[in-house]
Amino acid sequence: MTSLETPVAAAAADLQDERLVTPQGFADSIRAAIRRAKGGDLGMLPVVAGIVVIWTIFQALNQTFLSSTNLVNLAFDMVSLGVIALGIVCVLLVGQIDLSVGSVSGVAAATTGVVMVRHEQSLGLTILAAVGAGAAIGWLYGQVLNRFGVPSFVVTLGGLLGFLGTQLWLLRGENAINLPYDSGLVKFAQLWFVPDALAYAFAVAAAGGFLATGWIRARSRRAAGLSSVSLQWLSVQALLLAAGLLFAVYYLNRTRGVPWMFMLFVALVLIVHYVFTKTKFGRALYAVGGNAEAARRAGINVKAVYTSAFIMCSTLAALGGVLAAARLAAANQSTGTADVNLNAIAAAVIGGTSLFGGRGSAFAALLGVLVIQSISSGLTLLNLDSSYRFIITGAVLLVAVALDSAARRSRQAHGRG
Amino acid sequence: MTAPVLSLRGVSKQFGAVAALTGIDLDVAAGEVVAVVGDNGAGKSTLVKILSGVYAPDAGTISIHGKDVAPASPAAAHALGIATVYQDLALCENLDVKANLFLGQELRPWMLDDVRMEKRSWELLRELSARIPTLSIPVAALSGGQRQTVAITRALLGDPEIILLDEPTAALGVAQTAEVLNLIERLKSNGLGVVMISHNMDDVRAVADRVAVLRLGRNNGVFDARDVSSEEIVAAITGAADNVVSQRAARHATGRPTEQEAP
Repeated sequence: MTSLETPVAAAAADLQDERLVTPQGFADSIRAAIRRAKGGDLGMLPVVAGIVVIWTIFQALNQTFLSSTNLVNLAFDMVSLGVIALGIVCVLLVGQIDLSVGSVSGVAAATTGVVMVRHEQSLGLTILAAVGAGAAIGWLYGQVLNRFGVPSFVVTLGGLLGFLGTQLWLLRGENAINLPYDSGLVKFAQLWFVPDALAYAFAVAAAGGFLATGWIRARSRRAAGLSSVSLQWLSVQALLLAAGLLFAVYYLNRTRGVPWMFMLFVALVLIVHYVFTKTKFGRALYAVGGNAEAARRAGINVKAVYTSAFIMCSTLAALGGVLAAARLAAANQSTGTADVNLNAIAAAVIGGTSLFGGRGSAFAALLGVLVIQSISSGLTLLNLDSSYRFIITGAVLLVAVALDSAARRSRQAHGRG
Repeated sequence: MTAPVLSLRGVSKQFGAVAALTGIDLDVAAGEVVAVVGDNGAGKSTLVKILSGVYAPDAGTISIHGKDVAPASPAAAHALGIATVYQDLALCENLDVKANLFLGQELRPWMLDDVRMEKRSWELLRELSARIPTLSIPVAALSGGQRQTVAITRALLGDPEIILLDEPTAALGVAQTAEVLNLIERLKSNGLGVVMISHNMDDVRAVADRVAVLRLGRNNGVFDARDVSSEEIVAAITGAADNVVSQRAARHATGRPTEQEAP
């Protein structure tokens, strides 16, 4: 077994303490991972396990579940909810909640219909109006929270009802406003696919980008006298990533291919991931969620962080609403109602974002929504009506939150925060 | 004594009808540990808050290197070279050590320079011979003494000249207290002026060069820590030689049975 850490002539600056147990080799790394999981540091483990279980069950019940056609549909259908869940992750990180994302997405969908069809404005202006409305709502929530100290739970519960009313008012009694099928927005959400060759190129570029950033990071850490991961280990990871992505692209390309809409979602996840992990603002989000008073004393403008988190959440919710309308080619009274709120929150939590603040990642939205949408798609294939869908999604959410709470207690017992 | 880095002259602060501080004088030189002791309500916390920029004094002057300053906010005090470590440490337990050290003053805000931050963190910790095994675990995994170390190290990031420690050992066990006292001695040998607020006479006598006693918001004597006894300090704190604490001490010294021990 080779060591995962590059041996450095003198021990690296961060590995000099003799109390530090450094994994030596592959088996040790696995043992360390198991120890971390037992300590409540579950990361992405439960959600990946969940996806495997759900896919296995549905494939056993219905052979078409894992077919290329169904997975292409899944890739389309998860985007709208996924974008909303990405926004939820932002507010959960700062230890707040937004219960109104469904209504906000409904308002954005209605705005899309009204501006585009009734007022016959351009696509750019339509999207700007819908997403701008979302940003304004988020700003409003931030102000109410900061100025009056109303808990976000209550503010957004009010918003849930208020903006549902706004949505109905915008539609003025019409059941639905149909979007024209020849508009770019609808085509984007129903017909546009990444050309085969380009999709393969994206997969290779993703793995290459992973390898390059990892290598640059390792090199600068070595230059600074810190431990770094070896090039072999990085290459193995990059190769596995490339193999996985290339297979996924190949499988989707067997029928219609990779939707551009899905690529938009992936791009958003990557951008938000960068903001969370690589910017001062992202650090502030985690810090405020962990200990708001400590963050304030460290010179972070806590109120501005809350407002920004709500603006990000509502903006993404609005974008999710626009995409939902595009996918359906209509903005109707039920867009964003019913289970959208809870599904978005469930997706974020199932993906590993803590309801208690300060923990989570952008990938939580991607993986969580994959779980939620897989359940929905599988039950539709089995011709089960929405009663079963609600019950099963509810049960999965309960399991996810119970796991989060148990993991949190275990982390405290093992002293990992 | 060398010229003081920080000196207070006649600093007063009033809250409504209550004079919390009246005419406080205090000098702190580089490489000196000044302990500020006093009973509850003596004005220790008010003094810390004035120095760290939370309160503005009603009267008197604060000067650094002989130049009058008026820290209007914690950030301003920090910029003037006065760093404060609060009693509750103010760390984010979900963030790892290096994220906590640089919280609010990260390098390269739009593309965090993790490598340089980690390197600088290790340099600072080594300077203090502080023993934190790794910087990539959440602060929640650290012991109380290690957390205190992280909080003090964080205060050092802006290269302050004066460091204020508010009850640094109050919540710590024996070994951890010793760890923090070692740290304070190293701060001193690195040429910082240390102001330590404490209740604990043993700790004060262990590391302080001078002991400034506050009583009811006034100076009640500054002692040289080498040739003052705990009884003298306690006497200054309580305002009399004849008090409960010194009576007890006297009883134990003479071996006279107390009422409880009498048959």
